[in-house]
Amino acid sequence: MDENRKKPDKDGEAKRLASENIMKMVFMVAASASVVSVLLICIFLFINGFPAMYEIGIKDFLTGTLWAPGDVPASYGILPMIAGSLAVTTGAILLGVPVGLLTAVFMSHYCPRKFYGFLKPALELLAGIPSVVYGFFGLMVLVPFIRNIFGGNGYSILTASLLLGIMILPTIAGVSEAALKAVPEQYYEGALALGATHERAVFTSVLPAARSGILASVVLGTGRAVGETMAVIMIAGNQARMPVSILKGVRTMTANIVLEMGYAADLHRGALIATGVVLFIFILAINIIFNMLGRKAAE
Amino acid sequence: MRSKVKSIINKLSGNKSCPVPSGSGEISGEGIVCCRPRIKPGSLALKSLVIISASLSFGMLVFLIGYILAKGIPHLRLSLFSPVYSSENVSMFPAIINTLVITLVSLVLSVPLGVFAAVFLVEYAGRGNRLVALIRLTSETLSGIPSIVYGLFGLLFFVAYLGWGFSILAGSATLAIMVLPLIMRTAEEALKSVPDGYREASFGLGAGKLRTVFKIVLPSAVPGILAGVILGVGRIAGETAALIYTAGTVAGIPSGSNFLMDSGRTLSVHMYILSGEGFNTNEAFATAVVLLLLVLFINTISSVIAKKAAKI
Repeated sequence: MDENRKKPDKDGEAKRLASENIMKMVFMVAASASVVSVLLICIFLFINGFPAMYEIGIKDFLTGTLWAPGDVPASYGILPMIAGSLAVTTGAILLGVPVGLLTAVFMSHYCPRKFYGFLKPALELLAGIPSVVYGFFGLMVLVPFIRNIFGGNGYSILTASLLLGIMILPTIAGVSEAALKAVPEQYYEGALALGATHERAVFTSVLPAARSGILASVVLGTGRAVGETMAVIMIAGNQARMPVSILKGVRTMTANIVLEMGYAADLHRGALIATGVVLFIFILAINIIFNMLGRKAAE
Repeated sequence: MRSKVKSIINKLSGNKSCPVPSGSGEISGEGIVCCRPRIKPGSLALKSLVIISASLSFGMLVFLIGYILAKGIPHLRLSLFSPVYSSENVSMFPAIINTLVITLVSLVLSVPLGVFAAVFLVEYAGRGNRLVALIRLTSETLSGIPSIVYGLFGLLFFVAYLGWGFSILAGSATLAIMVLPLIMRTAEEALKSVPDGYREASFGLGAGKLRTVFKIVLPSAVPGILAGVILGVGRIAGETAALIYTAGTVAGIPSGSNFLMDSGRTLSVHMYILSGEGFNTNEAFATAVVLLLLVLFINTISSVIAKKAAKI
């Protein structure tokens, strides 16, 4: 370096500039990896899924209520799976959101500080438990539980909703807690100063102020529930029929792919990939809503 | 959700729990006494709801972990860790090795990409850069995609189109894309938390941008980056749906010079298959214990490192 400083070395300087520029390009290429990945995912799903969808007929595919790839002629209607995904997701939201939201309120406004350092990582752990472990737990505990209480064989929409509700708890609680904590302290203090109790201040002044963040957590939880695969396969029964009762089994879009991809060929395989496309579009829509809510919350 | 919140609010305001005379100009002594915090039925009900929900959440966690441990630990026999898998002895040892290999290969692929991408976003890209907005959007999209869609993509692209077959490499590449947004985001946060003074001091001493990045910024951001990488390890170890149709479900340890092109099941896939078989329930419990302890261990390390990173 000293040498350089005394006599400005044109070659060295040019070399340094060149390597700066090259590395800048390298960083840029690395940063584009996510763009390329999304493009590749879209392209490969769509070019493999859409032809099958056209061959079956988009209307027949999306609104057909019979999924029977083994029949002659085969029938590929995925409405039962779409309805199945919606049913278990709705159930999961109904069960998971109230508990998750109130847990978030607990974490942000009730939890004693000495417990917080212990409970927060516990919630994160709940989010980190692999879905097979959840599924196995559901298979061993929830399925017999539902069977004993409500009868049937225990593999049902209710079982899947219950388990998915537990699985989205940490997402709902975590994101909602962040939203509640982002509400300025004055909202709470102002309510107290006007004579509100702790509960009243939290529920009527802090909670409404955090609503877009809370809504975002619900949307994120919905995405998790729609996309969950392994846990649902293990406990939902997987019958490809329209949901009839919350105590009867159902098959989700995710389950449909995993269950049959192993042996599917030709149009059957195409139909499964097309199921993936429909799932992907669902998730994209959910993502867009989440982003819009996030932007609103940031404002 | 909103309507639920509103109904709670209505219930509360309907309670008239705080009857301060709204019309009168002066506040009576009684009004003030009334508004002192004391137990009111509405508040008490809400408070108990909050406590019940929190107990449910944490009770669930304790029950789940306790149940798995209680059922699984008695079945953790030494033979389950024998080097060879057979249908009589469903050893999880090959699956553990496969998990390690897949984790390692995925990280080799995703960490440099993720960290470099973060460097670009934090150090190089100007504000309002169009590419940055696109990168943000796509990485958010990636983090929302469910694992089965990654699995499907891996099957179509790596396994079929590139002709890699069901292989460790195809599984790792799929998972690398899956954890990329996580690593990118945590690395970005870590780089952002490096004080600008470090960079300015480095420039002041005559270092170029590149040198500043590699000698000053990245080393100070290592703990934060590491915490994200470890979280990524946790996701890889727990992943199943993305691996069944990319890395396949062969129960042995791939060997030979080309072992990356062989199929191998990870611990999670192993557990899924055991639980589906129905007659290896005890072994599935034992595998669940190992998986759970692994995740617990990984989470603890990550949060310890993250805490250290926050202190700097």
